[in-house]
Amino acid sequence: MSNETASFGEILIYLIGGIVFISGGLFTAWIIRPKRPNEEKLTTYESGEDPLGGAWGQVNIRFYVIALIFLLFEVEIVFLFPWATVFGREELIEATDGLWGWVALSEMFVFIFILALGLAYAWRKGYLEWDKPEIKPSDFKGPVPTEKYNAINHKYSKFTSEQPKK
Amino acid sequence: MSTIIFFLPFILIYTIFAVYGERKISAFIQDRYGPMEVGKYGWYQTVADLLKLIQKEDIVPKKASKKLFLIAPVIIFTSIFCGFVVLPITSSWEGTLTQNGVYFLLAIVSLDVVGILMAGWGANSKYSLLGALRSVAQIISYEIPVTLSVLCVIMISQSLNLQEISYQQGILINAFPDMENVKNYLFGISALNIDVTNWGGVFTWNIFRAPVLIPVFIIYFISTLAESNRAPFDLPEAESELVAGFHTEYSGFRWAIIMLSEYGMMLLVALLGVILFLGSWNTPLPNIGNIMLANWTTGEPETIAGNLWSVFWLLSKALMWIAVQMWVRWTYPRLRIDQLMSLSWKYLTPFAMFLIFVSGLWRLLMI
Repeated sequence: MSNETASFGEILIYLIGGIVFISGGLFTAWIIRPKRPNEEKLTTYESGEDPLGGAWGQVNIRFYVIALIFLLFEVEIVFLFPWATVFGREELIEATDGLWGWVALSEMFVFIFILALGLAYAWRKGYLEWDKPEIKPSDFKGPVPTEKYNAINHKYSKFTSEQPKK
Repeated sequence: MSTIIFFLPFILIYTIFAVYGERKISAFIQDRYGPMEVGKYGWYQTVADLLKLIQKEDIVPKKASKKLFLIAPVIIFTSIFCGFVVLPITSSWEGTLTQNGVYFLLAIVSLDVVGILMAGWGANSKYSLLGALRSVAQIISYEIPVTLSVLCVIMISQSLNLQEISYQQGILINAFPDMENVKNYLFGISALNIDVTNWGGVFTWNIFRAPVLIPVFIIYFISTLAESNRAPFDLPEAESELVAGFHTEYSGFRWAIIMLSEYGMMLLVALLGVILFLGSWNTPLPNIGNIMLANWTTGEPETIAGNLWSVFWLLSKALMWIAVQMWVRWTYPRLRIDQLMSLSWKYLTPFAMFLIFVSGLWRLLMI
């Protein structure tokens, strides 16, 4: 068996070990825990109210767009990793009088630049924008005049040097 | 010897202490006591909680998709746990020797997104679904800066093998096969001609070998906070809006597994960050003239002293990192979703791409 295969065998040990550990815990819990389900207990939690409808419905389209942009970058990264381990190898650079490193680097710069253009495009098109909350000033008129509040805020604030408005 | 016999018990014990530690740290930051009742200074609080959780009923909501709901925690934990397989523990005890190394780690840890989506969708609860969607959007968005920052380190070190990266960052660099004649220069620039191979200590850590990695390190720190759903990026489980996010409907031991995975993820990103940037299991103390601090606090590989020193340095650095994560959590307020997304896509990602250019140039200047 080759060394590489053997090392993936160790990954399998972790995979099995993780699942066995969790199953062992769940089995122990299954032995000692009670099981007394009732109608109330099995309803979906909705802050104490009776749930209205299910949750399986439409999802904001932005999540798909983000997933697509993510996919674009992940594919880029898949190509970048093998490149990253060879572009600066000393023996390759010495064999080509220093040419190898600069050629490999500039080729990858072109590649990354094209993907940066993709990000810039998504940015320009507004796909990276999310809804921002609108902050509306309240029209509430309290019995205490605003100047009093400002004076107190000013008195106890360390960081602002703003003068209270007259 | 497989590292599973170290990591599996260690994750459990570490989680028990980390939960206690987090409650105490948050308490001291907020000027209160935290857990005080169970045992002296509340030492056994988490153990008691764990025992209680095992005895709790496993409730599966009637409307939930039962299979997805029951399997999801197992997938979340297993995918994160598999990430530990490539990490070295000491100078002579590493995980798997696969050439893919950190690449495999990034790939398998991303699978926990699938588990989170299964948990959120399977529960058929509005809170869970919203939490899961936010969580997935956040994790995949911050995956890009994390991967790009790891890539910068790979470009400097020219290896995906984490043990090789560890050896490069200390006085033992020439003990690794095929690196007998490699030298470390100050800031990695051979033109300066200051040989620091025998200085060791912080001078050979990656952030010193190539100072371009300092901003990369900051990007890595910020985005791994988001990767592990920690505050200030804890929108997926924002208590005040979503109750508990994607694990709202979980109870008993299944909930404990999800919690264990969250703390496991913190440990994983801390260990990976230490290995990539902060000198792995190498000592921070340099050799100064005849005072061989680095040699004394490293030990030879394969010896008991060497193993003990390296596991001590690796774990103490990682646990310090986790303490900083907790400190950050109780210091900064939570971000809004639009701020979160723009931080990842408009700031961290372009900046990380720029840093790849700089790291590439730096690597060629290092030779």
